[in-house]
Amino acid sequence: MIKEAFSTSINYMQVMDEQGNIDQQLLPKDVDDSKILEMYKWMSFARQLDAKALSLQRQGRAVTYAPLVGEEATQIGSAMAMGQNDFFVPNFRQHGVFLVRRLPLYAIFLYWKGFEEGSVVGKDVNALPYIVPVSTQLPHATGIALAQKYRKTGGAVVTYVGDGGTSEGNFYEAINFAGIMKAPLVMIIENNGWAISEPRSEQTAAQTLAQKAVAAGIPSIQVDGNDVISVYKATKDAISKAADGPIVIECITYRMSMHTTADDPSKYRPQADVEAWKPKDPLLRVRNYLAKKGLWDDAKESTLSEEHLKEIDAAVDEAEKFKADPKSMFQNLYSFIPDTLKEEMDAAAAANFWQ
Amino acid sequence: MMQNMVGALNSALDSILHDDDRAVILGEDVAKDGGVFRVTDGLLDKYGPQRVIDTPLSEAGIIGTSIGMALGGLHPFPEIQFAGFMYLAFDQLINHAARYRSRTRSTKSVPMVVRTPVSGGVRTLEHHSDSPEQYYSHGGGLIVVEPSNPYDAKGLLIRAAHMDDPVIFLEPTKLYRLFKQEVPDNQYEVPIGKANVVRQGGDLTIVTWGTMVPVVKNAVEKKGTDAEIIDLRTINPLDEDTIISSVKKTGKAMIVHEAQLSFGPGAEIAARIAEKAIFELDAPVMRVASASLPYPYPGYEQYYIPNEAKVSQYIDKMMSE
Repeated sequence: MIKEAFSTSINYMQVMDEQGNIDQQLLPKDVDDSKILEMYKWMSFARQLDAKALSLQRQGRAVTYAPLVGEEATQIGSAMAMGQNDFFVPNFRQHGVFLVRRLPLYAIFLYWKGFEEGSVVGKDVNALPYIVPVSTQLPHATGIALAQKYRKTGGAVVTYVGDGGTSEGNFYEAINFAGIMKAPLVMIIENNGWAISEPRSEQTAAQTLAQKAVAAGIPSIQVDGNDVISVYKATKDAISKAADGPIVIECITYRMSMHTTADDPSKYRPQADVEAWKPKDPLLRVRNYLAKKGLWDDAKESTLSEEHLKEIDAAVDEAEKFKADPKSMFQNLYSFIPDTLKEEMDAAAAANFWQ
Repeated sequence: MMQNMVGALNSALDSILHDDDRAVILGEDVAKDGGVFRVTDGLLDKYGPQRVIDTPLSEAGIIGTSIGMALGGLHPFPEIQFAGFMYLAFDQLINHAARYRSRTRSTKSVPMVVRTPVSGGVRTLEHHSDSPEQYYSHGGGLIVVEPSNPYDAKGLLIRAAHMDDPVIFLEPTKLYRLFKQEVPDNQYEVPIGKANVVRQGGDLTIVTWGTMVPVVKNAVEKKGTDAEIIDLRTINPLDEDTIISSVKKTGKAMIVHEAQLSFGPGAEIAARIAEKAIFELDAPVMRVASASLPYPYPGYEQYYIPNEAKVSQYIDKMMSE
């Protein structure tokens, strides 16, 4: 005897198409034109921040940088869906989410200049700092969600992983734990098509990344990750249901630039691929929509751009004034300073190795 | 009351869970089964499934989730069933638990106590008998503790529970039920970072810990050597003062550990003795340790772990210098 033991399907959602047309049936009630305008402003801010950070790195004023350009809708849509009480666990590319959660820009620049002080995330931001080792932050997100559930603080945890990151064991372990323990967790797969030089097709034979949730017994959805409204809606829905357990959202987007400033995509990626994604740009479609409604024009664009630049430049100036204190490396390792470590610190200080 | 190490650890965990509702235990078979060595026996009934949690088989998940719980305001006590399985969680420990405080300049911390059985001598299967203290001590950021008796086990675990740091708590499997000792019923702390001079002596300093403490004690007693025996109790941070002042007194130093010889903790201790007390030595520093190879199948372990005879021979060698 053979009978079907289990079957499933994965849905794909798009609310606003590439031309800026909205599927009214899917439009969330709390998304009106002023909200769409706000989404646009944040996306535009994120793109400017990105351009600035990239140029600082090129001038030797930052160690490395992982650009977000092309992925603004995934980041801003999900960030705007989060409430103050929701906790954010990033990987290394979510500058846009940090922006919306009001991490001071100074900290973002300080981090990419290579100082731990850039990882000081204020309690009000309700987030972990940037995390570099791929996928290893995901079990933390599950643990924080379980702590929130245990402490009855309310709120969900929203975390991010790239397409490459879903191949790591930690990705599965995190959603598997979360599924069993019904952790209030929203796992966003920021599928930008590339893990440095490896395309999505080299990560897995699975047809979608969203279906990986099936193995953990939890729901998932795939959305147009370049449509800020789709991402907003999917994240908002997931957060509202998070008390019942975790959800995976796969956002299909595209990394328009390099992985980080340390690689050159022309070596492994045909320019035609990038060109094909240009019409799907996340800002372009919203700008078309707003312009059609008479809510946006070039003058407004340039005023907004100047405001952003002013804020960005002030943060860069502040970050450049930062003076490192080498003792802080030793003083923050444990809740106390062991005698042997203090001896190393004092010896280094006395010998003027730090001049 | 008289307790073995399993009983002492169980009573420590009981009092920790009783006093601090942020404390949770998680691991494979820790709840209904009470752990494969019964260290968490009875705690599920007393504190419920929200606080004593059976997890899936997922070492990186157990430690990663515990790190998240700690960052989220709890104080988790994950158990890894055997030290040889903990390498799956090595990344979580080294990249995250050890670094969170430092990389956030003390604005975030990971208060967590990772318990795991270590070392061999009990004829278990492969991969169940490693002595990994050096792996966790090397990079900095993790406190590494290893008791050698029931009294210290309870006091060190309670101390660990009161720290705002990640602690790797290594429990020598061989000592779990080897002997009983008077263990106070009340809560008490044994300091972390402070070695214990278990025998005072003037002729030779022996630094040891974990499974090797009873081996060294027996060898010294049988020979009647006037050795000073230091039970390190904490591997990281090292109690250098106690070691150096003893070596300055005796003029001879030997280090005995079950971890492999090469690049082991003995090398670190010997180097510190060389740096701070070399002119007070009247013999070379010696290390007695397991062979520099992976822990063998149980059929070979008697040829691998340092035993009383080996320690005894080394004592003779040192005393003839």
